[in-house]
Amino acid sequence: MKKLMLGNEAFARGLYEAGCKVVSSYPGTPSTEITEEVAKYEEIYAEWAPNEKVAMEVAIGASIAGARSFCGMKHVGLNVAADPLYTAAYTGVNGGLVIAVADDPGMHSSQNEQDSRHHAAASKVLMLEPSDSQEVKDFVKEGFRLSEEYDTPVIVRMSTRVAHSQSSVELCDRENDNLKDYEKNPQKYVMMPAFARGRHVFVEERTKKLIQEAEASILNKVEMNDGQIGVITSGIAYQYAKEALGESVSYLKLGIVNPLPSYIIRSFCKRFETVYVIEELDDIIETQCKKLGCEVIGKELFGYIGELSQSIIREKIKGISQDIAEYPETVPVRPPVMCAGCPHRGVFYNLSKNKITVSGDIGCYTLGAAQPLCAMDTTICMGASISGLHGFNKARPEKEKSSVAVIGDSTFMHSGITGLVNVAYNATNSTVIILDNSITGMTGHQQNPTTGYNLKGDVAAKVDLEALVRAVGINRVKVVDPYNLKETEKVILEELEAEEPSVIISRRPCALLKYVKHNPPLKTNDKCKGCKACLKLGCPAISMKGGKACIDHTQCVGCGICQELCKFDAIETSKK
Amino acid sequence: METKSVMIVGVGGQGSLLASRLLGHVLLAKGYDVKVSEVHGMSQRGGSVVTYVKYGDEVYSPVVEKGEADFIISFEQLEAARWTGYLKKGGTIITSTQKLDPMPVITGAATYPDDIFNKFRDMGVDVIPVNALQLAEEAGSPKASNVVLMGVLSTKLGIEDEVWQTAIEECVPAKFLELNKKAFELGKECY
Repeated sequence: MKKLMLGNEAFARGLYEAGCKVVSSYPGTPSTEITEEVAKYEEIYAEWAPNEKVAMEVAIGASIAGARSFCGMKHVGLNVAADPLYTAAYTGVNGGLVIAVADDPGMHSSQNEQDSRHHAAASKVLMLEPSDSQEVKDFVKEGFRLSEEYDTPVIVRMSTRVAHSQSSVELCDRENDNLKDYEKNPQKYVMMPAFARGRHVFVEERTKKLIQEAEASILNKVEMNDGQIGVITSGIAYQYAKEALGESVSYLKLGIVNPLPSYIIRSFCKRFETVYVIEELDDIIETQCKKLGCEVIGKELFGYIGELSQSIIREKIKGISQDIAEYPETVPVRPPVMCAGCPHRGVFYNLSKNKITVSGDIGCYTLGAAQPLCAMDTTICMGASISGLHGFNKARPEKEKSSVAVIGDSTFMHSGITGLVNVAYNATNSTVIILDNSITGMTGHQQNPTTGYNLKGDVAAKVDLEALVRAVGINRVKVVDPYNLKETEKVILEELEAEEPSVIISRRPCALLKYVKHNPPLKTNDKCKGCKACLKLGCPAISMKGGKACIDHTQCVGCGICQELCKFDAIETSKK
Repeated sequence: METKSVMIVGVGGQGSLLASRLLGHVLLAKGYDVKVSEVHGMSQRGGSVVTYVKYGDEVYSPVVEKGEADFIISFEQLEAARWTGYLKKGGTIITSTQKLDPMPVITGAATYPDDIFNKFRDMGVDVIPVNALQLAEEAGSPKASNVVLMGVLSTKLGIEDEVWQTAIEECVPAKFLELNKKAFELGKECY
C-alpha cells in the first residue's frame, strides 16, 4: 500500500517497522512530528523528555537494556545532547540506537544554520542522509541494522525540506521487536579512563570498517549518464540537482555522509572532466574530495549560506535563469506575529512601555522582539535568558532594576532551572519572568513537565513552578494574569525594585489551545478618536480603517487588553 | 507528463496545510508521483506562508520557484501579489478577495497596495477573484475558505468529482465533513 507521508511521518513509520521499542525526544522544528507520529503506535513507548540531553540518555539506556531505541531533535538540540552522544560513540549499543537530527538550512524556524554533519564526524558515528520520504523510512530501518552490526549509534540527518515534504511511501509490517539479552559488561559500558581507553581503540577500528561499509553500501549509489560532467551530492540537494540537470550529468548520491568513502569518490571523479559537489551548508563532501586529491567545484559556486534550489543549480551550472514577471509595486512584508489573544502580549507591552532591558529566550515569545513592541535585547539559545541576565547584571549592577529575563514554561524546564539556581547561588538581584502558557507553543503544542499531561495525553506528574523556584533559593515569587495589564505592570515594577532576586510567573494558557474558551470578538464604536493607543499592542486583529481603529472579527478572541488601554470607551463586546 | 506545480499561499493560521494535503490526496489517487512541501514552526504565527504541491510522472524537488507555478491559490489579496513572480507564463492565480493587514501596515510603516486585481490584469495575468470568506461563512465557518478555493481549482484540473469527494472524506474530521463538502460545492459553482 502506498501512502503520502511527511518525511517525519515516514521516519516514525520506519521506527515502527524496524521494531523500535523506546522513544524519547524534545520537540524542535523541523523534527517534532517524528515523535508525535510515533506516539500513535501502541507498540512503541514514546515520551517528551525535558531536554535533548535527557532524551539521548534515555535512548542510550534503553539501547543498553536491549531495545531498539530512538531520540529525535533539531540541529541545535544535538549541541545539548552532544555530551552523551560523544561517549555513547565509545560504549556502542546493544539494541540498535538511531538518532534523528533535523537541520534547518534557510533558518525557517531556528536561531542558527549549523551543519550537523560536523557532530557525526567529531563523535565518529555513522550518519545517513535520506532525500525523500521513502528513503527516510528505508534509511531508518537500515540504520538500525547497521547500528547493531557495527556497534554504533547511527544518526539520520534530516533537513527542513525532507522533514516537511510529503511524498509516497510503500508500507511494510513491523519486524520482530524482541529485546536483546542484557549482560553486565563494565568494560563496554562504564566509561572510566581505564575502560574508555580500550573503547577508543575500538572506535578507530570501527571507523575503518564503516568506511569499508560505505564503499559497498547500497545507500551510496552511482547513476551514469552521457556527458563529461559528474555531480556528487546527498540529501535534498540531490533532488534539486536532478530537477535542474536531469540526465545531462552523472550522479554520485551519497546516502552515508559519515564516514565518507574514498574509493568510490576517487573512481567517480576520474571518469569526468568536471565534477561538481552540490551540498547545502558546509563543504564537508568537498573537503573530503580535495583531501583525496580530486579536483571538484563546490562552494566557490554555491556558497555556505541558506538553502540550495533547482534554480540556483540551473543558473550556476548551466547559466539559465527563469523568465519572471514580478508584481509592479513593493509589497509590504508580513512577518510572523504573536497571535490575537496571545497571553505573552500583556507582559511585552509593559516591558516595552517601561523601556526594560529584556534578556530573551527561544519560543513564540521571541516575537516580542518584533515591531511594534521591540521588547527584547538578546536571544541566544534555550535557557540563556536567565544565565545571560545574571552575567549582564554582574557586569552592570546598576541595570538590575531595569532588566528582566523572559522564558517560557517548557524552555524553563529544558535549561532555565540551572540558570536560576545560579542566580540564587551567586546572588544577583535579577528579575525573571516565566511566561507560563501551559504548553510548548512554538513547535505546535507539545506537553511538558509543567502541563500535567504526557505525550500520549495521559495525566502525569506536574511540576509545581512556585515550589520549584522557592526550593532553589528564590524567596520572592509572584503570579500574575497577563490579561490584567495594570496588575502585571505593578508587579513587574515592584519586583525590579526588590533588593533580592525574584521570579514572576505570568500564567495564562496559549490562546490557540482547544480547551481555552474565548469571549465573543470585540468591536470599536463611534467613540473612537483614532488615537492609536490600541495599535501599540501589535495585535494582528486591530488595524486602522478610515482614521478609526477596526477589529477583525475572524481573528479577535475577546481577550480585552485593548479595552483596558482605550481611554474613550470605544471598544465594546459584539453580540455573536 | 511534465511536472505541474501549484502554490498555496496565505497567512499563517488560514488553513493552507489542509488545502495542500487535500490536493495531494487527489493527485496521488490519480496515480501521479506527488510531492507536497509544507511550512511549520515560526512562520505559522500570522506570517506569510506558502506550501507547494507538485505532480507528474516523477517529481524531484519539492519546492516551487520563481516562474514555475501553473497555479497560485491565494487566501489573501496581498499574498497573491507577493508571490506573483512565482507564476509560470500563462499560469492562473485563484485568490480570495479577503484582505488582512500585515503588521507594517497596522503600525503605519507601510500601506496596503490598492487595485491589486486591475494591476494583475495590466500585467496580463489570468486572475480569478473569489469571495471565499463569504462563501465559507455561508457553508458554516469562515475557516472553510481553503476548501472553497479548492472547489474553484477543481474546475481547472479536470479531475473527476468523486476523487475530490473521497479525498475530502479522508482529510477532514467527520464532524466538519458536511460543512466542508458544502464549501467545496460553493467554490465549484462560483466560477
